[in-house]
Amino acid sequence: MTLELLQIYWWLIISVLGALLVFLLFVQGGQSMLLSTRNEQYRNLMVNSIGQKWELTFTTLVVFGGAFFASFPLFYSTSFGGAYWLWILILFTFVGQAVSYQYRRKRGNIYGTTFYDILLTINGCLGCFLLGVAVSMMFFGAEFKVTMGNILNPGSPVISQWAPSHGFEAIFCWKNWALGLAVVFLARMQGALYFMNNIKGDENFFKLNRRRVLVNGLVFVVLFLVFVGLLFTADGYQTVGKNSFMVVHNKYLFNYIDMWWCGLIFVSGVLLVLFGVFKSAFSTHYTKGIWWTGVGTVLVVLTLFWVAGFNDTPYYPSTTDINSSLSIYNSSSTHFTLTVMSVVSLLVPFVVAYIAYVWYKMDKKPLTPSDIEHDSHAY
Amino acid sequence: MNDLITVVDWSRWQFALTAMYHWLFVPLTIGLALIVAIMESIYVKTKNVKWLAMTKFWMLLFGINFAIGVATGIILEFEFGTNWSNYSWFVGDIFGAPLAIEGIVAFFMESTFIAVMFFGWKKVSPAFHLTATWLTAAGTALSALWILVANAWMQQPAGMEFDPEQMRNVMDNFWAIVFSDTAVAKFTHTVSSAWVLAGVFVIGVSCWFILKKRNVDMAMDSIKVASWVGGIGILVTLATGDMSAVNVAKHQPMKLAAMEGLYRGSCGQELVGLGVLNPDKKVGDDNDPYLFDIAIPYGLSFLATHNPHAFVPGIDDLIEGIELTREGDTIRTIGYAERIAIGREAHEALRAYDSARANGDDAGMEAALKDLRAAYPYFGYGYLDSPEEAVPPVALTFYAFRVMVMAGGYLLLFFAVALIGVYWRQGWLKNKVVNWVGMFSIVVVWICSQSGWITAEVGRQPWVIQDILPTRAAISEISASSVMLTFWMFAAVFTILLVAEISIMLTQIKKYSKEDITTISKS
Repeated sequence: MTLELLQIYWWLIISVLGALLVFLLFVQGGQSMLLSTRNEQYRNLMVNSIGQKWELTFTTLVVFGGAFFASFPLFYSTSFGGAYWLWILILFTFVGQAVSYQYRRKRGNIYGTTFYDILLTINGCLGCFLLGVAVSMMFFGAEFKVTMGNILNPGSPVISQWAPSHGFEAIFCWKNWALGLAVVFLARMQGALYFMNNIKGDENFFKLNRRRVLVNGLVFVVLFLVFVGLLFTADGYQTVGKNSFMVVHNKYLFNYIDMWWCGLIFVSGVLLVLFGVFKSAFSTHYTKGIWWTGVGTVLVVLTLFWVAGFNDTPYYPSTTDINSSLSIYNSSSTHFTLTVMSVVSLLVPFVVAYIAYVWYKMDKKPLTPSDIEHDSHAY
Repeated sequence: MNDLITVVDWSRWQFALTAMYHWLFVPLTIGLALIVAIMESIYVKTKNVKWLAMTKFWMLLFGINFAIGVATGIILEFEFGTNWSNYSWFVGDIFGAPLAIEGIVAFFMESTFIAVMFFGWKKVSPAFHLTATWLTAAGTALSALWILVANAWMQQPAGMEFDPEQMRNVMDNFWAIVFSDTAVAKFTHTVSSAWVLAGVFVIGVSCWFILKKRNVDMAMDSIKVASWVGGIGILVTLATGDMSAVNVAKHQPMKLAAMEGLYRGSCGQELVGLGVLNPDKKVGDDNDPYLFDIAIPYGLSFLATHNPHAFVPGIDDLIEGIELTREGDTIRTIGYAERIAIGREAHEALRAYDSARANGDDAGMEAALKDLRAAYPYFGYGYLDSPEEAVPPVALTFYAFRVMVMAGGYLLLFFAVALIGVYWRQGWLKNKVVNWVGMFSIVVVWICSQSGWITAEVGRQPWVIQDILPTRAAISEISASSVMLTFWMFAAVFTILLVAEISIMLTQIKKYSKEDITTISKS
């Protein structure tokens, strides 16, 4: 394979991981509703339902980061070191999540169950929002500059320079809020849909989640429309040389038009999400909505990554120095490394297969309140 | 420049803090996963509920520990980007691959099957459950493999070349990275030491059960499994420790000199078994490096080269570029002042290459590239101001190494006693003093484990990649105050969670000690 093909292949893999991560954020969505759930039994049901999946979301995030590092190290170097506070805050929210499931109801946990539920809620709300903000920079840009020659300056050797606010400027950029908040409400909606699918034995709880699907779904749709409006009217960059770019008005709208198949997938994804939401919200007892919205979410997010990185678009535009923008062609690993990684990526279908099989085995029988009462490992 | 150094220091502190906290939990996860898998295998074979109870009890402690290991692990991965962004680009083409493979091959395996381990007892068949437990154990070891390959590459860069056009190092031989001397030794040494740590943990907790006369039968069988795992572990750890010493002598002689507090080496160099360093000793002066020492004749030469008469260079020798033949003849190698000069020539050559490329001057590029290739092995020295900067903190490396070795020797004895006790002298294990020693050994093994990493990581300073990139050139462009603030934030969060973890562990141990085997097996 040529280097260009490998770069495209690895952007596809990054897209798949990113799309799956956004779907799996239903775990965070479920967490975000914990504190507002007064009924303790419901809260425990929610935690034990998503508690069997949290590690999958967490691992997908870690692999997403690892794959980005291996395939596009200049992004890793520029974004993580630059938007320092954004990423550090994301990490903090995930640290809290990792321990909270195990510790929340264990005797001797010192700080009490509510403390861990607060940590889960913070991860559910803030974690999703900040991840949305981080991804939003792929469309609306970030304030950085890359100067390779700095490596030869012992007094100031850092090649990627960022705005002095180091990520706070991104957090407080209103444009990034649209995607950030949309991710939060998408995750909440999917969390409620997952509960409808995975928990049975309490009709009132089912109805509660049905309401949640409708409310969060509507808020999500409004926020998503705002984001799409901003995206389609945004100026983007066009690659004219490896490290040379020019401004193009409505770049992302034109990307969807140029890559018409991408636009088709985008529309299909949106329709699937809408179908899942409305079918679940207005049917008496429909439990499969998570799969419609899940597939729809994956399709939409895939196309967002594609319009961000394909069609000669730099996926990380710099608002400080246009020619420092990162594209899949100027920020990737070498042909050799991408080839090695591609061989490893042949394992991915096996990984997906065993995850799907285990998911099927574990979720074949929905969770009930009595399951928690009789399980000492229950969270 | 001062701010740069402060950022470097705080970034190092933050990474060290995260790594040390992470390493409190990871070895227990690796070792306990194996022990639990063995116990469950015995249960599946014998159908004896006692083994099911043991499996569930130790699995519970495994889960409590696993969660916090995951929490600290994600920080480590992302800190390569947040705090060491130059590093991430300069060697990302090589270093990123093992991290990604770790995620694809190991993390998904762990995270998928651990859910089956904890929640699958009634949802899958016993054989499927046992398979899930073994796959989780395999996942923890595979995870260790790839992260240790990455770490070993930083200590012994291999399978790479420098690409001047992109101003970074690129991979050219994947297998050279995976199977470097250091990678093989580091993986086997670290994983076997994790078995040791988990073995001591299980024996220590079991000793408490015996001391309290609760579930003694379960405790004795736990000691049997843990003694075998830990006993084999300590033998492999000692053997691979020897491999590590030879590798360090070959690839990081300055680290070896610091480990020994050795300034002037000799043929048939003795090994300081016990010693107190002279705090006034400076590089290049004539002060005695030790205030007190007990040495083993020929010990260091043998340890480093397996030849008791070989020459082992000290810090001053290395800085001055002195080597000796076995016959005592002096050979000049490249001293550190000269290395700094060559490193700066490499920088100049790269600068020349870059400007020739910008001007389309092919002849200039070719000439600069030739100079660069010749000088590149010392590229990292070009960032240093003086040879003394290439000397790691001697005292910390020296004492950490001794603590590790002495604790390792103690643990060999510990497992010998545990095996003899549990099979032939069961009365020993019912002795209160022995029980207290067993419990105290939990502290010893953790100190031993941490000391090993301190020796390995402090001893390789100032290099983040040996000879190629010092820590000061590997950092991100952030303010010292930002890193200082996040350091304290991480310190606070990790400590809060550690306290909770220990408290939960102790409470669960106490709770389960009071329940009978049938109740535990049904939990």
